[in-house]
Amino acid sequence: MSDPVLQIAHLSVSLDRRQVLADVTLTVRAGEFVVVVGPNGAGKTTLLRAAAGLVPSSGEIAIGGVPLARLSPQERARSLGYLPQGHVFHWPLTVFDIVALGRLPRGAGADLSDADREAIGIAMQETGTEQFAARPVTTLSGGERARVAMARVLATEAPLILTDEPTASLDLRHQITVIEMLRRHANSFGAVLAVLHDLALAARHADRIVVIDGGRVVADGPPREVLTSERLAETFGVKADVIEARGAPLIFPWAVSGTP
Amino acid sequence: MASGKRGQDAALIGALAVLVGALLATSLAVGPVFLSPPTVVSALFGHGSEAANIIVGEIRLPRAILALLIGGTLGLAGAALQGLLRNPLAAPELFGAPSAAALGAVTVISLCFVDALSFALPVAAIAGALISVALLILVAGPRSSLLVLILAGLAVASLAGAGTSLALNLAPNPFAALEIAFWLLGSLEDRSMRHVLIALPFMVAGSILLLWDRRAFRALTLGEETAASLGFDLAWVRIRVVTGVAAAVGAGVAVAGSIGFIGLVAPHLVRPFVGHDPGRLPVPAALSGAALLLVADIAVRLIPSQTEINVGVLTSLIGAPFFIVLILRRRGDLTGASP
Repeated sequence: MSDPVLQIAHLSVSLDRRQVLADVTLTVRAGEFVVVVGPNGAGKTTLLRAAAGLVPSSGEIAIGGVPLARLSPQERARSLGYLPQGHVFHWPLTVFDIVALGRLPRGAGADLSDADREAIGIAMQETGTEQFAARPVTTLSGGERARVAMARVLATEAPLILTDEPTASLDLRHQITVIEMLRRHANSFGAVLAVLHDLALAARHADRIVVIDGGRVVADGPPREVLTSERLAETFGVKADVIEARGAPLIFPWAVSGTP
Repeated sequence: MASGKRGQDAALIGALAVLVGALLATSLAVGPVFLSPPTVVSALFGHGSEAANIIVGEIRLPRAILALLIGGTLGLAGAALQGLLRNPLAAPELFGAPSAAALGAVTVISLCFVDALSFALPVAAIAGALISVALLILVAGPRSSLLVLILAGLAVASLAGAGTSLALNLAPNPFAALEIAFWLLGSLEDRSMRHVLIALPFMVAGSILLLWDRRAFRALTLGEETAASLGFDLAWVRIRVVTGVAAAVGAGVAVAGSIGFIGLVAPHLVRPFVGHDPGRLPVPAALSGAALLLVADIAVRLIPSQTEINVGVLTSLIGAPFFIVLILRRRGDLTGASP
């Protein structure tokens, strides 16, 4: 087995005195693309934020074998890229300048080093964003923005990517494009932990699926083992058929099944 | 693209510095008595006629230096606050910081009977500004949407206004009421080098704090969470910006009263020249603020009127319509439509 990139053990998080995550344990290894699924409010986003060190938590989180608490903010920023939902850009910077923000943890200032330029160039090529390098990011469409946001994360050259709903509000083509970028990152000895709602995309591309319900991990394993009709009924409260398509389980939910 | 940004910035800063220098020189020459450039130069070194020496050295020089310093720190404060809040409509003046600072100064004068040239004055003014800016950041919350921010600013400004009204209401005599009115109508008339010396240390300290977080402002383009994930400790960024803004505004108000809208307008004028990058904005915004206040202070001397118009009144008369135009341009964001 390859080295663990992210190790989470007995993680608990309380927000506003409400327990959101309880005793969560999971590991993401180099080369793995792990997808977190679960009903709304299950604690998926909080799990990503805790793993990125953005919310106070108890339990253990280690990145590359080093406890998160022992990393300086800069070291932490160099070892993980965090991509929240909804790609916000507050100022109309050019696409190139936005991608260059990914180099801040590497010490980039107003002027960039050759290493910075190279990493930015590769990230933009990987995401197909070079063509609008000079355009203000605010003039781009949703799908283009999603790719720019992804390029920004890739430019950091962090081994671990944590991403929340990267395919939300994207059309079919862009959903696949973005998932394939994450897959490639994992394949090149990186690691990805992504929250997804689309179970079909998750089943087709993920190495493992972690199901979270009520702040706890209720299943963790390969898509075929985790995404069963029984599990979907129990966690999501839906009647769903699991069909085989192109070598992966395809979920077809057709009715609600009482309270989950 | 990104090549040679440092060079572009240096060119912009150089050009603005030349402009500010020219305005500074004009400020020394223009007034009820027009002095030619050679007269100004010889008077500056004390070699002119006695009248020219007094006009340049004791009347116009402190005034010009104060315009430079106050305009510069207000421009810088505006750029930093806009960077922190990721919002081009953020400015210390809109949130009652100057009124709160004026209130602090007035309270100290009426309660403690300190001299108008005491260091207690800027300290009290800075405390007033600090309370108002911190209150704003607290009320607006970490997400600080445009609408919440403006409403929170309105609330804080109303509170500061109410405090000032109370001070006017309770003023023991007409003289005290006049004194309070003076703090509300900013002016640079009749200032001495002593005023410059009172304000300078606080302005320098405030400016250092405001220039500290330029990289964090750039990262904040992506929102607070992402900026934090890029390695920036935003709690400290917030503390530095709030303290820096309070020091800059408070020190200015303590010596010149409330001068509005420079912090809003100055960053706006130079933003397109730095590619809208909030990290490259602060220094050009400071120079643009200095230039704006110098122009306004020269203008009040040239506008024919019975009594000189206070420069704070002029900047507000020009700044408020500018603010309305900015709001109109961003009406889409305010009503919640996508930008």
